Amino acid sequence: MTVAGFAFYVFALTVLVGGLFTVVSRNPVHAVLWLITAFIGATGLFVLLGAEFIAMLLMIVYVGAVAVLFLFVVMMLDVDFAELRAGMAKYLPIALLIGVILLVELGMILGTWVTADGVEMLAAPVAGEVQNTAALGMVIYTDYILLFQLAGLVLLVAMIGAIVLTMRHRRDIKRQNVVEQMHRDPKAAIRMIDVKPGQGL
Amino acid sequence: MYEFFTTTNLGIALLITGQVLLIVVPLLVALAFLLWADRKVWAAVQLRKGPNVVGAFGLLQSFADFIKYVVKEIVVPAGADKFVFFLAPLLSLVLALVAWAVIPFNEGWVLADINVAILFIFAVSSLEVYGVIMGGWASNSKYPFLGSLRSAAQMISYEVSIGLIIIGVIISTGSMNLTAIVNAQAGAGLLSWYWLPHFPMVFLFIISAMAETNRPPFDLPEAESELVAGYQVEYSSTPFLLYMIGEYVAITLMTALITLLFFGGWLSPIPGLADGIHWMFLKMGFFWFLFMMTKAVVPRYRYDQLMRIGWKVFLPLSLAWVVLVAFFAQYGAFWGTYARWTTGG
Repeated sequence: MTVAGFAFYVFALTVLVGGLFTVVSRNPVHAVLWLITAFIGATGLFVLLGAEFIAMLLMIVYVGAVAVLFLFVVMMLDVDFAELRAGMAKYLPIALLIGVILLVELGMILGTWVTADGVEMLAAPVAGEVQNTAALGMVIYTDYILLFQLAGLVLLVAMIGAIVLTMRHRRDIKRQNVVEQMHRDPKAAIRMIDVKPGQGL
Repeated sequence: MYEFFTTTNLGIALLITGQVLLIVVPLLVALAFLLWADRKVWAAVQLRKGPNVVGAFGLLQSFADFIKYVVKEIVVPAGADKFVFFLAPLLSLVLALVAWAVIPFNEGWVLADINVAILFIFAVSSLEVYGVIMGGWASNSKYPFLGSLRSAAQMISYEVSIGLIIIGVIISTGSMNLTAIVNAQAGAGLLSWYWLPHFPMVFLFIISAMAETNRPPFDLPEAESELVAGYQVEYSSTPFLLYMIGEYVAITLMTALITLLFFGGWLSPIPGLADGIHWMFLKMGFFWFLFMMTKAVVPRYRYDQLMRIGWKVFLPLSLAWVVLVAFFAQYGAFWGTYARWTTGG
């Protein structure tokens, strides 16, 4: 077995084991940690495919940002998975049905897979001396510029929506104005008073 | 013999192991003395003597501390998640060490010369937050948990501006390979390094690096007066030692990164002198000294001030800088200083 082959089985096993334990873990925090393991395995698979840029993005975005958010939520909310799973046996037939339907659909799609001429050139830009990142940029910013910008727009809308939903401007609390604080000087802030004995202010 | 190490699987594995040891062992030994120097500088600023008993000038203090840490009893809190509790410090140290695989020390002196080296470092340092969160959660105690939440939020916030500053350098170089980034800075010595064209970002990067590695004045996770000792409260003995070594390895990595990105790595500052690994170490040492002095002279930030600087000052500034650099690079402003790949630099 070649080194790449061995690495493939290691990473593939990591993804599978990580995915399995994400589902069966009793502790929700453990489930998220297993999910992260699965992500890291997927990163390794991308590197083996020669898509190192996507691999690193997967690591930064999913493992470094999204999964941290998951972990925060799960830690804070104290989700009880055992309780959620109580009615699992009742819903098992429907879940199985959905699974079978999805599997059949996947099979149907794979059976009728048709590729247009020249698509291979676009889909696999790893062509000799051009670097992975540069090749991706050449495709994204030329042929797929509209889709790329649309995806960006969708993300922007989602971001603004999230901010609007959670923003509460409370008027009844005292706020700090840093600029104002830094521009205070002793002359404006301190008042010298000569207090007469026995009289007070 | 040469064929054995370059062609057979076993030979390559042995060769890589040897190279890894060649990086890790000197790094850890250097760390022992950096820790000592850190305490000495701190003491000198406060007119104290610092460690001065073990060995000449207290030079062997770190080794004595090491033995002390290792032989102490490991205490595990009653409700702790044992596996995660011990995994967290290990993860912290391993991730801090892994990033060194792509750091070049001299022309060609690099363990893994990959195309996306800088992204790799960024990815690995974004994983370091897990050591903190897992440690805080697994301790099953409220102070470590609060400390870890703070620390995680802090690390994520400053990662964003570090990433944007790095993008500016990548645009100027046209490559994410660290060797290429250093070579793009060759030419007129000191004046052709990136600190000059990327001048304001150098400060932002150094400050963000301090915040990212939880270094004073941003050591809020360890703010003793409020949180006892942050996520490390329940850790004792060797696990605590692992956390500490991990933290210091990460700081050393940041000094290496500052050197490579903005101060020409192994290039000599004066055009006539030969380039070499000594310049790299000299520059890293200088930035370590800067970090030590900052720790000694600057008071700790308040948490909301830290967040304000990260999101309201650093993020907009570095984002605007990326746009500016992109314009400069596209239209060849300043004789192509911002687009080194066009001038063959």
